[in-house]
Amino acid sequence: MTPDRLRQIVTSKPASRYSFRDPERPVLRSPKGLSKVVVDLISEQKDEPAWMRRIRHEGLRHFLRLPLPPFGPDLSRLKFDELYFYLKPSERKAQTWDDVPPEIQRTFNRLQLPKYEQEFLAGVGAQYDSENIYHHVLPQLRKQGVIFSDVETAVRERPDLVKKYFGKLVPSSDNKFAALNTAVWSGGSFIYVPPHVHVELPLQAYFRINASRMGQFERTLIIADEGSFVHYVEGCSAPTYQASALHSAVVEVYAERSAHVRYTTLQNWSKNVYNLVTKRARAAANATVEWVDFNLGSGVTMKYPAVLLTGRGARADILSMAYAGKHQHQDAGARVLHLAPETSSVITSKSVSYGGGRTTFRGRLRVAPNAADCRSQISCQALILDRHSASDTFPTLEVDNASAVVAHEASVAKISDAQMFYAGTRGIPSKQAAALVVNGFFEPLIKELPMEYAVEMNRLIEMEMVGAVG
Amino acid sequence: MSTSLLNVRNLKVSVGGKAILFGVSLKIIPGELHVLMGPNGSGKSTLAKALAGDPAVHVTGGSARFAGKSLLTQAADVRARAGLFLSFQYPVGMPGLSLSHFLTAAVRERKWDESAVARELPPMLNFLQLPSDVFSRDVNEGLSGGEKKRSEIAQLGVLLPKLAVLDEPDSGLDVDALQALAKVIDRFHRQGMAMLLITHYSRLLKYLRPDAVHVMVGGKLVKSGGPHLAEEIEQRGYEPLLPPV
Ligand SMILES: Nc1ncnc2c1ncn2[C@@H]1O[C@H](COP(=O)(O)OP(=O)(O)O)[C@@H](O)[C@H]1O
Ligand SMILES: [Mg+2]
Repeated sequence: MTPDRLRQIVTSKPASRYSFRDPERPVLRSPKGLSKVVVDLISEQKDEPAWMRRIRHEGLRHFLRLPLPPFGPDLSRLKFDELYFYLKPSERKAQTWDDVPPEIQRTFNRLQLPKYEQEFLAGVGAQYDSENIYHHVLPQLRKQGVIFSDVETAVRERPDLVKKYFGKLVPSSDNKFAALNTAVWSGGSFIYVPPHVHVELPLQAYFRINASRMGQFERTLIIADEGSFVHYVEGCSAPTYQASALHSAVVEVYAERSAHVRYTTLQNWSKNVYNLVTKRARAAANATVEWVDFNLGSGVTMKYPAVLLTGRGARADILSMAYAGKHQHQDAGARVLHLAPETSSVITSKSVSYGGGRTTFRGRLRVAPNAADCRSQISCQALILDRHSASDTFPTLEVDNASAVVAHEASVAKISDAQMFYAGTRGIPSKQAAALVVNGFFEPLIKELPMEYAVEMNRLIEMEMVGAVG
Repeated sequence: MSTSLLNVRNLKVSVGGKAILFGVSLKIIPGELHVLMGPNGSGKSTLAKALAGDPAVHVTGGSARFAGKSLLTQAADVRARAGLFLSFQYPVGMPGLSLSHFLTAAVRERKWDESAVARELPPMLNFLQLPSDVFSRDVNEGLSGGEKKRSEIAQLGVLLPKLAVLDEPDSGLDVDALQALAKVIDRFHRQGMAMLLITHYSRLLKYLRPDAVHVMVGGKLVKSGGPHLAEEIEQRGYEPLLPPV
């Protein structure tokens, strides 16, 4: 594409319908920066047992000790001292939308969450800054023993499960941001699905940052017991501010024997957000874990959903889609560890960069010596729309069992001037042509989404590419 | 003259700093079928691209009007929506974009009824002896050279231009496919579509009734005439028309 056409596309970016902001009226806000005082304040607000406070303190210790990641995007402009680590939006959590404070209710109405809930969701959690302000799950699921709450509630009501699973896949010493989250976590989702229960409709959580200089640190813990099924969807957005915001979540997913968990993320943070997330799942024998990860927003994302295949016949399926425009670096990827025989994995990555944006794919595959007869298929496709943009791929394969069958392919495509001209001769302007190509490129992945999200996704891409105000 | 659909006057263009066309004039009345012949490298495709608005082709002189408007400053997509169509000699592929999606977008840009694609495209593909799944396959991907050409022509049925510039649509076709192509061209011509048909060979012309034949050599139209000119070239080649060396 010529620089002129490119500039057109970039400068015509819409004020997206996600970027509105409410006045900030928190009932409580921690002082700026991170300290033991702030950690204790959060813990007190939640009236936590001592064992959880100890876990937080340990997280803080690791956070102060650990360096920033030695690889990946530039994080030097992320100033921890400038951030608010806890911001409580309202006094209580509602179970009906009518009980949610009107301003916040309006926000989620604009994001269409109540509408989606009525139409096709089995349960919804809504987080606004640091706290869940709404949580609801269909009564029949509750009767079947399905739990869908925030983690605070689980700490109170199911300490047995929290103690058994919290921080076991992602210990606070894992990396600086996992440590940070462990110290100041607030909100997020806790899901428990009892043996052989199939939750047919998705459970969704929506994370909204409203305040400026906010740090959001939700914690998510999903336990799918033997033979169960659950599809969890998370969406997120934030208004655009000058100052940086930080979103740093930790997600742990446990798929027990023959269970099936599908985890879908539609990441649409505003471009001032650093999105530094640790996601890890463990699949027991014959269990399946799917990560479906769509990264459209944020200024910097670092996220490499992982699956540990620990039981014979376990499966991992990771779909990673990234879209990076001006001032965006999507450093995404996937990690799969084959730790048991006859396990299989499929890793698919598709990324688009344009207008100076940058995508990076880090894929790591490891087959342990005892893991015989494993199969893995990795495919990585990048689309670069102009010469100001870039894409890198860093695959790491460590195969220590000779019986493994590993297929790996990678490709990089560009939209050429000839293709733009071709579309022009059919009456299609270059911006629309680029949007068409990008949509076509992502289509096979977007088809994997529930209808409503697929429509949403296509519209988001179209908005980004064409600048039609939504 | 206001009756002409296309009026090109003394057009000079260069590509990559190299002059290719040295003053081409051409007038096409609505509904006329013009044939453009000429040896390889004489500038036929360059003329076609210049008319369609290829940014790689730089106009260095002359003028052109199409459908009552000055043509050469318009972007390619504007020209296309004004009714100008180009079937490429070497069509590029559009990976990840199906022909039906692509044409639906083209129709949408014209604010026409999008159902035209599903209605008009399959019979065109069928008539041109293309596999029916070309409809949902990516544009010009996984097709042979001849199939691509026919897929280009099939798009005429949806986009219904006022003037179709067809750049060697006949190359790579067997006799059956050639006849089908000729029928399609003839049908649109009889329905009133004007055409500028670029071809090397007169074999396609046996089935058509052109209004004029032009011969391009070295970036100039060296001769224009009736259908008999094509026959002459068939018999004697371009040699008598080439400048003396
Ligand atoms: N991209 C280009 N850069 C430089 N010269 C070109 C380019 N494309 C075509 N040409 C030259 O322009 C002349 C005309 O080419 P073309 O219009 O394709 O001829 P034709 O279609 O009659 O075979 C040829 O000499 C060819 O080498
Ligand atoms: Mg040519």
